[in-house]
Amino acid sequence: MSSRITTAFETAKQSKRCAFIPFITGGFPDAECFASLLKALDTSGADIIEVGIPFSDPLADGPVIQHSSKLALDMQITPQNILGILKKMKNTIKAPIVVMSYWNPIMQFGLKEFAMALNEAGVSGVIIPDLSPEESATWRECAKSHSVDTIFMVAPTTSHDRIKKIASYSSGFLYLVSMTGVTGANLNMDKKLEAQIQSVKSLTNLPVAVGFGISTPSQAHHLSSYADGIIVGSALVKKTIDAASAEEAVESVTRLSSQIAVALKN
Amino acid sequence: MSRLQPLSKEQNLWTSAPDSSGHFGRFGGRFVPETLMPALEELTEAYYQAISEESFRTRLNLLLSDYAGRETPLYEAKRLSESLGNARIFLKREDLTHTGAHKINNSLGQALLAQWMGKRRIIAETGAGQHGVAAATAAALLGIECVVYMGSVDIERQRLNVLRMKMLGAEVIPVESGSKSLKDAVNAAIRDWVTNVTDTHYIIGSVIGPHPYPMMVRDFQSVIGTETRRQILEKTGRLPDFIVACVGAGSNAMGMFYPFLDDPVELIGVEAAGMGIETGKHAASLCAGKAGVLHGAEMYVLQDDFGQIIEAHSLAAGLDYPGVGPEHCLLRDFNRVKYDCVTDQQAVEAFTNLAIIEGIIPALESSHALAYLHRMISKLTENKIVVVCLSGRGDKDLDHVSAYLESKK
Repeated sequence: MSSRITTAFETAKQSKRCAFIPFITGGFPDAECFASLLKALDTSGADIIEVGIPFSDPLADGPVIQHSSKLALDMQITPQNILGILKKMKNTIKAPIVVMSYWNPIMQFGLKEFAMALNEAGVSGVIIPDLSPEESATWRECAKSHSVDTIFMVAPTTSHDRIKKIASYSSGFLYLVSMTGVTGANLNMDKKLEAQIQSVKSLTNLPVAVGFGISTPSQAHHLSSYADGIIVGSALVKKTIDAASAEEAVESVTRLSSQIAVALKN
Repeated sequence: MSRLQPLSKEQNLWTSAPDSSGHFGRFGGRFVPETLMPALEELTEAYYQAISEESFRTRLNLLLSDYAGRETPLYEAKRLSESLGNARIFLKREDLTHTGAHKINNSLGQALLAQWMGKRRIIAETGAGQHGVAAATAAALLGIECVVYMGSVDIERQRLNVLRMKMLGAEVIPVESGSKSLKDAVNAAIRDWVTNVTDTHYIIGSVIGPHPYPMMVRDFQSVIGTETRRQILEKTGRLPDFIVACVGAGSNAMGMFYPFLDDPVELIGVEAAGMGIETGKHAASLCAGKAGVLHGAEMYVLQDDFGQIIEAHSLAAGLDYPGVGPEHCLLRDFNRVKYDCVTDQQAVEAFTNLAIIEGIIPALESSHALAYLHRMISKLTENKIVVVCLSGRGDKDLDHVSAYLESKK
């Protein structure tokens, strides 16, 4: 049985597109605007939408996502709130949803309970940046039994053998971290990254999506010749942080995501 | 350095931990972004290889003796003993090491390892500044570039140590995120390491973090317990009845306890109760935390119902951390070590008391262990022997303690 994520990649591939995967912080800037942003991304070309659950100590994230997480937490946003919003909207959003969460909030939610809640909220997959493949056995079982894909990350430092192992644990797609660094850092667009994408693709049958530091339509366009999917997070979250109002946030996020979606078509 | 070798499997679960995947029972492990996983594998291999080489051990031991001033004395504090009830109280004088705290034991070991691995840059986090100073010192000695992350709140309350680090050639980067203290300094250091992992070694200052750190830091610190064991046998002809050490993240306590784990000695770790456990303003992860994952390992953590980490509080910056080493968590669950806590107020009283009665100004962190002696006073009879780990000296705390005493007048 193929998951909604797999189908989303297939659909993009059939129309000769690289899949566009925008990221936004759950519950940010507030519950209502977050819901509008989801809707906006869904109608401005997202193939899959990644939603971050804020954590107090996001050690894989750069300043932008740290800041949005902190602001969301200051407003008492919880994983339950975010999943509640997603559940309410599940019939109105076409793109499959992938949730990003650090491990501790999931541990405290309860593994089985979290997998079940994801399923009930219509969430298709989960990315857990600090859950190493070695520590993931129990989680993968829970996720599998509730039809939730677990998407693992590979990095520029990951060996070929390890990429193969991680790909065998991953479902939906494989997340290639573009650089050694945190989210939102400056990305060097060089031949090394192109070679890295090609090398990872040669080691797995899963779609390979690239993320970290991709902020402009031209970067996305360039990488679309190599990758199956492009993840853009900090650049979109920054638009929301910089916006003076909810309307402005929705407007500028829509503008950037439409531009990137178009860039991925060419 | 007799315990720098991995122990055989036949020994107790707690002395053979961690297992090959870095777990101490359910605790420990590796919960980090993938970018760091290969670096942790490399570090683990390099560590085992380095400590199995005679030349590495010889070099470290020479630095520990000639540079850091080991072995440190085990001093019988007779006036303190008398005032508390005539037990024989011994102080392990880690405050007399070069740089003034036990942190140098680990920093020298890890800096040598970094050099051995060919890393050109080291980074460190620091709370009280003692580990930052120790890392900066080791880096200066070995000619390696050093960057120290320190919460801006800690920079304010430990100005002397900031000056020392800068004088030693280190760059001190203030951390403005979160609680602006030790926890956030660790986050910032991990982010730096993720970015510069190929040429940088991260010297974690305590028995926390992903495998191999809790094991490696414990091993480098167990020189404290190994010396103490030999010294107490020489001085008294027997093992002590009690050993007391303060626990923030837990490196001095782990180093002190480890060589005694198989002995019939009551081990007591003392956490910071801050303004009192009931106020929520404390740093007592073992006494009042819940299992969770922070900074790459499973451990007892101060957190809310949703898994968000709660800011710790202690007057002692070096104890101001919302987690605790995974090995302590295991030892707690097996009841091998008893963990208790004392308040800021009690620690300050013990601080001033030791200064007046013995002429030793202890670190506020170590003062927590001293304060616990007052609580166990009924057990302190003439034939009992108690060792307290005096993990550091208190010069750095003078401003802060004076201000605290002033505010209570």
